[in-house]
This record gives sequence, structure tokens and C-alpha cells, in this order.
Amino acid sequence: MADKPVVVVGAGPAGLCAAIELKKAGAPVVLLDENDKPGGQLFKQIHKFFGSREHKAGTRGFDIGTGLLDESLRLGIDVRLKTEVVGVDPGLRVWAVEDRGRSYLLEASRLVIATGATENALSFPGWTLPGVMTAGCAQTLVNVYRVLPGKRVLIIGSGNVGVIVGYQLMQAGAEVVGVVEAAPTLGGYGVHTAKLARAGVPFHVRTTVARAEGGESLERATIVGLDDSFKPLPGTERTLEVDTICLAVGLTPSVELPSLAGCATTYVPELGGRMPLHDEYMRSSVEEVYVVGDTAGVEEASTAMEEGRLAGIHAAWSLGYLDDAAMEAGAAETRRRLDALRQGVFGKKRFDAKSRVLEESHNR
Amino acid sequence: MLKTSNRVADHAVLGAAPEAADVEIFLDGQPITAKEGEPVMSALVAAGVTVFRHTAKGSPRRMFCGIGRCTDCVMKVDGVPGVRTCVTRVAPGMRVERQDGKGNWSEGAEDGR
Repeated sequence: MADKPVVVVGAGPAGLCAAIELKKAGAPVVLLDENDKPGGQLFKQIHKFFGSREHKAGTRGFDIGTGLLDESLRLGIDVRLKTEVVGVDPGLRVWAVEDRGRSYLLEASRLVIATGATENALSFPGWTLPGVMTAGCAQTLVNVYRVLPGKRVLIIGSGNVGVIVGYQLMQAGAEVVGVVEAAPTLGGYGVHTAKLARAGVPFHVRTTVARAEGGESLERATIVGLDDSFKPLPGTERTLEVDTICLAVGLTPSVELPSLAGCATTYVPELGGRMPLHDEYMRSSVEEVYVVGDTAGVEEASTAMEEGRLAGIHAAWSLGYLDDAAMEAGAAETRRRLDALRQGVFGKKRFDAKSRVLEESHNR
Repeated sequence: MLKTSNRVADHAVLGAAPEAADVEIFLDGQPITAKEGEPVMSALVAAGVTVFRHTAKGSPRRMFCGIGRCTDCVMKVDGVPGVRTCVTRVAPGMRVERQDGKGNWSEGAEDGR
């Protein structure tokens, strides 16, 4: 048994679940997060989750977040907020900076990296104008702080983030003037897409934003049709009066910390691009380092939670806090739930991509 | 005093806005009513502020990611430039200023946040 704690970085859904499993197994664990509140991006998700009942389907993201926080409190997990992790060395010493003032080293027995993902930007003329923002930014403002970033909104990207945020902006009183999608087909789940369609929001496929214009802030956006090779079609430009453009064009895993830890990475477009390799227990190419949640390939909060649990169970076993049978049973159960979440048209794509990651991890 | 309010008082899913005490902050010397516990960013958006700063070349900026990643929303807060207003909570009497370029430190200001 180790005296050194397992250090979990990131108190979002994945990190919280990893810490909870470790603590339940009796392993010493320290959970670090740069924000002054735990929960990651769960609290801005006010829609009902998919999956079966055991995946908390029908439960809204913020309720899941509250449940995880309650459980971590009840278990007495050592959660250190306002703590940024700025480095890790080969000896698994984690360099933390607390409250932008106190710097210290934490010696870890295992490291679980759950640092999430970053929303992608899209560059076009005028994209830096005030009023152009990521969809997640608008979602945070309206659902967490209950402030509308604008009144007339154009959504770029028809994936789940785009349509969910579009609908949530409407719920809060904004007008969504359209959803633009470069691909020939819409990208989001039918249920979420239908909510906007029923409200009369126009969807423009094979279309992108050509430019944003305004004086000191956004006043209008020009959209343009695309041909089969995604080249703008002359004569198809249309100008819309908007004060807000929400970019919902995907996320990229935040791999800074895995890279510092020496984890091998690979490129998987379906999971957001460059990501750390991991095995079926979420272990990276560095044996003592685990990667979970969006850091380990962008999926959803529900899969992030299961990956966190899987890593927590395996890390606890590797330190002698769980016996073989308990670990294998826990891992099998978690994997079964993960497989169930990776079904359907969208889930299958992620399932296949994750399978390739495991294969590449084993062939290394 | 800025009169605009973009606050969502009633919400179909979230219900009525939670009670929060008013906190007075200042934007370039002008008073703004913020809500206790919210970040500077949302207080400014609620008040209808559309420009948070200008780059060295004079290009306007507001916020972009809203969760502390991109640094688009940085402003001078209590004398310290480059503060991410999306992850900095308001405090009574807080002085928020638009900065140009990297901005400059006020004499005696301490980077304590």
C-alpha cells in the first residue's frame, strides 16, 4: 500500500468519478481543479441526458453534477480548488500552484488526467469581433450565470453542441436566426435538432459563414453555400442581421498535461484529433498515468464518468486497494456500460474509433 | 449607470433566478450593478457591455470561450491588467477597466487573485 496519494487532475465528471472510485476502495486521493467550483462543464448542461436509466438518462447535467459533488463530500475526498497543475516530472511529482500564489510539489503514486477538452475556433474575416464566441461560452453565460450574450444568434455547426445551445438560447429568450452546417447532412441527435426545427429555425446545409461584420461589435453575418469540395459557391451569399455567432465546430482534447507526462499520442479525427493513447483500463503509455474523459478523446459527459470510474478502479487495484476479482468485476461492469453508451449511428463511430485506439495502444 | 439588463429572470427549465445580493462594481469609473458570486464577464454582459478591451492594433474584443482558456476577455481589474474576467468573481467596489494591448499596472497594485 502506498502512502503517496493518487493525484486526479480535473474535477469534472471524469475526474470526480475517478476520485470517488479510488476513495471508495480506500486509496488516498487528492483531486485538483483550477476553478473555484468543482463539476467542470456539467453545470451548464441543462438538457436531459441519453442512455438507459443506469446512465442517468432523463436526468439533467446539473443534477448529475450536484449528485457527484454530494457523493465526493460524503466520502470526504480531498478536493483542492483554485489549484492549477502546471507540470509533472518523470518521477510523478505534480507541480501545483494554489490561488496563483502558493506553489508546491505533490508526489503521486498514480496520476489520473481528466483535464477535458477545448472548443475549436473557426477563423473567417471578422471572427474576432465582439459577439462571435464559442457555443460553450454562450451556454455558460445563459445557463450558469443566466445572462443572455445576445438577442439574434447564428449557430455555426449542427452537431449536438450547436443544436442544444441554440435551443437553450431560445429557452432564455433569444432568437436563433439559423444553423449553418458545412456538411451535406445535419450532425446532431434527431431529438435535439427537432426542437429547433419545430420552432421554425432554418437549417442551412452545405453552407458556411463567409464573414462577420460590424463596427465595434457584430452587426451582421454573411453565409455562403459550398460545393462538393467545400468551396464557396459564387452568387449564394446571404447576409443576416445578428449580434451573436456561436461556433459549435467541435472540441480538441486538452493534451498539455499528458504530453508533459510523456504519454504517447495518436490522431483520431472522430475523437477530436490529437489524443493520448490508452488501454482498456484507461492507462496511457506511461504505466502510472491514466487519461479519462474528453482528454482521452472527446465524447460525452456520460462516457467520461464511466472512463473515470474505470481508471479509478484499476488504479486502486494497481496499488493493492482492490483484489483481482473486485477489479475485474468492476472493470467489466463499467465497460459494459461504456459499450452501451457507444451504440447508434453516432455512438458506433466513437466505439470503432476507441477500438482503434486500444489496438494501437497494444501494438506499441 | 448602465440601464440595459440581459438577465434571464424566469427560465423554463431552471425556474426563477436564485436570490443574489447586488454588488456594485465600476467599469472605467461608471457604476454597474453585479450579482454576488458571478464573474465580471457576466456582470458586464448583463449590463449590455459589448467591448471589454482593444488589442494593441485597436481591434475590439469581448469574450470567446467563457471558461478561462482563451484570454480574449482580459481586462484591468483593481489595477492589474490581463485578468481573465470570465473566471474572476466580482467583489464590492471592484474597479474594472478596459485595457489597450497588454495594458499597464497601476502603482501599488498586487496580483493577488
